[in-house]
Amino acid sequence: MAAAKKVFGAAEASDLVNELRRSFDDGVTRGYDWRITQLKKLLVICDNHEHDIVEALRHDLGKPELESSVFEVALLRNSCKLALKQLKNWMAPDKAKTSLTTFPASAEIVSEPLGVVLVISAWNYPFLLSIDPVIGAISAGNAVVLKPSELAPASSALLAKLLEQYLDPSAVRVIEGNVNETTLLLDQKWDKIFYTGSSKIGRVIMTAAAKHLTPVVLELGGKSPVVVDSNTDLKVTVRRIIAGKWGCNNGQACVSPDYILTTKEFAPKLIDAMKHELETFYGKKPMDSKDMSRIVNSNHFDRLSKLLEEKDVSDKIVYGGDKDRENLKIAPTILLDVPLDSLIMSEEIFGPLLPIITLNNLEESFDVIHSRPKPLAAYLFTHNQKLKERFAMTVSAGGIVVNDIAVHLALHTLPFGGVGESGMGAYHGKFSFDAFSHKKAVLYRSLFGDAPVRYPPYSRGKLRLLKALVDSNIFNIFKVLLGLS
Amino acid sequence: MEAMKETVEESLREMRDTFASGRTRSLKWRKRQIAAIYEMVKDNEDKLCSVLFQDLGKHSTEAFRDELGHVLRSATVAINCLDKWAVPKQSNLPLLFFPAKGKVISEPYGTVLVLSSWNFPISLSLDPLIGAIAAGNTVLLKSSELSPNASAFLAKTIPAYLDNKAIKVIEGGPDVATILLQHQWDKIFFTGSPKIGRIIMAAAAQHLTPVTLELGGKCPTIVDYPTISKNIKSVVKRITGGKWGSCSGQACISVDYVLIEKSFASSLIDMLKPLIRSFFGDNPKESGCLSRIVSKQHVQRLSRLLNDPRVQASIVYGGSIDEENLYVEPTILLDPPLDSEIMNEEIFGPILPIITVRDIQDSIGIIKSKAKPLAIYAFTNDENLKTRILSETSSGSVTFNDVMIQYMCDALPFGGVGESGIGRYHGKYSFDCFSHEKAIMEGSLAMDLEARYPPWNSFKLSFIRLAFSEAYFKLLLLMLGLKRST
Repeated sequence: MAAAKKVFGAAEASDLVNELRRSFDDGVTRGYDWRITQLKKLLVICDNHEHDIVEALRHDLGKPELESSVFEVALLRNSCKLALKQLKNWMAPDKAKTSLTTFPASAEIVSEPLGVVLVISAWNYPFLLSIDPVIGAISAGNAVVLKPSELAPASSALLAKLLEQYLDPSAVRVIEGNVNETTLLLDQKWDKIFYTGSSKIGRVIMTAAAKHLTPVVLELGGKSPVVVDSNTDLKVTVRRIIAGKWGCNNGQACVSPDYILTTKEFAPKLIDAMKHELETFYGKKPMDSKDMSRIVNSNHFDRLSKLLEEKDVSDKIVYGGDKDRENLKIAPTILLDVPLDSLIMSEEIFGPLLPIITLNNLEESFDVIHSRPKPLAAYLFTHNQKLKERFAMTVSAGGIVVNDIAVHLALHTLPFGGVGESGMGAYHGKFSFDAFSHKKAVLYRSLFGDAPVRYPPYSRGKLRLLKALVDSNIFNIFKVLLGLS
Repeated sequence: MEAMKETVEESLREMRDTFASGRTRSLKWRKRQIAAIYEMVKDNEDKLCSVLFQDLGKHSTEAFRDELGHVLRSATVAINCLDKWAVPKQSNLPLLFFPAKGKVISEPYGTVLVLSSWNFPISLSLDPLIGAIAAGNTVLLKSSELSPNASAFLAKTIPAYLDNKAIKVIEGGPDVATILLQHQWDKIFFTGSPKIGRIIMAAAAQHLTPVTLELGGKCPTIVDYPTISKNIKSVVKRITGGKWGSCSGQACISVDYVLIEKSFASSLIDMLKPLIRSFFGDNPKESGCLSRIVSKQHVQRLSRLLNDPRVQASIVYGGSIDEENLYVEPTILLDPPLDSEIMNEEIFGPILPIITVRDIQDSIGIIKSKAKPLAIYAFTNDENLKTRILSETSSGSVTFNDVMIQYMCDALPFGGVGESGIGRYHGKYSFDCFSHEKAIMEGSLAMDLEARYPPWNSFKLSFIRLAFSEAYFKLLLLMLGLKRST
């Protein structure tokens, strides 16, 4: 019989933070060895419990085994391994250059943990988006509380069980719950909050953080546009878009291709190619395909249905549109030229619906993108070098990917984060370590060689010397010292 | 206020249009603007010294050392280094992704808001301005109403030197700030108190605007007397300069209080007293070398801190106040109670508490019991103590054997942690502060792997698993049919 769930109220939240703070102050999390041990245990979780994770994801999201294995477990495994390999480097101070003005001195920048941090994750990639930030928090030497999303309950329970079983409970804890528990946690003082989710809740998080001057990383979302040039390899383009959209949690991903922009001329070819490849991937009856996640719950199903049912939108469906509420399935659906002010073009879709907006020429895509909030990702498919450069330089988004979809997530050498409505801060690889560190400037001065110029009483001569020092110009300094200026 | 609201909206519109036009993206434009800031300061040195004297009673040498010189250097560094800073950073991608390319480019946020403070009204306005411009943003500066002459100078002179469709100045107090904060900015840079910092961040949260908050705190100064006694004269000079020589203690990185072992406290005090007299004469009010307190309100605040009878009893030097002339005498306290107000809020004035400890190692516990400060200073040659300070305390920065000077080292990030702030600037950090680091990845359409696409099967799963773990040899075996798919 399952144990009765413990009550988590204001007192418990406060006790939790105090306890973790005591552990942090006692130095539990600071040492290299402790961090390595925890990271190794996370790797063991990936290695020994992949099956459990796949099952939990199947339960919560109907996620196909390959997606779970690759986009959650494998990515996490790599993240752990990278941290294990690089931690010594990451923890080492960086030397900084000093100049004549502060001579004689040496300077360095020391990475230190922030303290006790809170990670709030999302339901669509519940393991990846929980453990990847936790890897960052632990590598940087913090104590951490993880609050997984209640919309993926089996994953949340498994995370709580595994982390409790393997990691050091004096410094790493999981609190399950919904908005009540999250609110109680947000009332506490944290040294950093890392949140993955919607822009709406991102505002709530940052407002709560402001009360304690807590720095935040907000990994939010947006409508990630895909611009498709006729000058491209159509088959590869279409396959990548499909794999990036329906092959990644069935469009329920923050970097999902949200809508397509292409020319009126090219659209028919594009749509035909998409229909063809969709059938190759998912068969003639995509609703029966086991290779796509389902919609997470009936709330989101109804939300997506509403997007499809809007007047002037429902008649723009050119492929798919089938729905099955009981099984929470919506077929891969393509729409052509829905109104730009429709609901489906105003909010992040986060589902298997793909509007295609046609333009007279590709130039106009810049205006369309520019007139909307900055997305987490912006995509372009083209052979045209000039277009690639212009796109990369002028489109503002968290990240830009040319000729592919979403893969930049897997690259630990690129910072992953948003801008504007799509978020603030970044992580992955060393950026995760940095996200959870304070970079402390340290200056070592000698007690010799004091310039009287620094001190009152002030005189014209002192002022001249100061000016010369500020210029760091050797000749000026000598001239002043020799009384020649 | 209606007129002000309209001015703000008009200004925002114009700045956004300017940013959209792409003019600020040009490195040439940015360097020209920063060069104009340099010229503006150089051309108006006397006027600037004059407004700083009017607002704060700053001596021209102090004005130059702490403000004008700093801005000139900052501008020079930015102009000299901008090309280097703006170069995209190439990223190495794993073999699996060959021939894909990755890089990170720094792109301007857009239209940013800089809210500066009254204590260093010129440098705390122009230094962030230089960073914002270097990164290619359009920027609105609101200077502090508590330094009205400096503020007026900036409002009048900046438009004469800089591109005023891209860089604007607004004067005013909290009511103007409130109007500004209702709008959406792409970044907000604030220098001031933690209390206002919270308000700024909460306002920014409504628009998901990233912030840099340069706040304050009680910067402790540890004096490990025995290990530095040979150079005690230098130590005392630096502490005296660091407390009273820079805006009379009204600086975010001022020496707030000193920690020293009980047996050495009187020696220190006996050296501080004559040094104060040698710096500021017998009547510091008349010396011309000691800044004024900025306003009556702040004099009253400092007065209140001293009024606590237990604090009064701890005065060993100074203590006199002339509210009319905005003067507070350089004051030394010996062991005011740790729970007194003066030991729990940032002093921001010319009062120096000396807190004695039994063992200098105990100072670490006292520092840890308080909010994380912007800077920790420690005069010591004990390597052990240095290591303990670095690893057991947390602060924006730590400086050994000096005070304040970390401000001038532009290779070091300048910023706080916890109550002392979020984010950092100076040198390249200013450029980064106002930039969005955008990742750009370019894949190849030429090389396509079947294994990437559904329908899934065990071969594809094995392939991807091996590819992810970069087990290239095993991957090769799989592809050659020499390894079974699991």
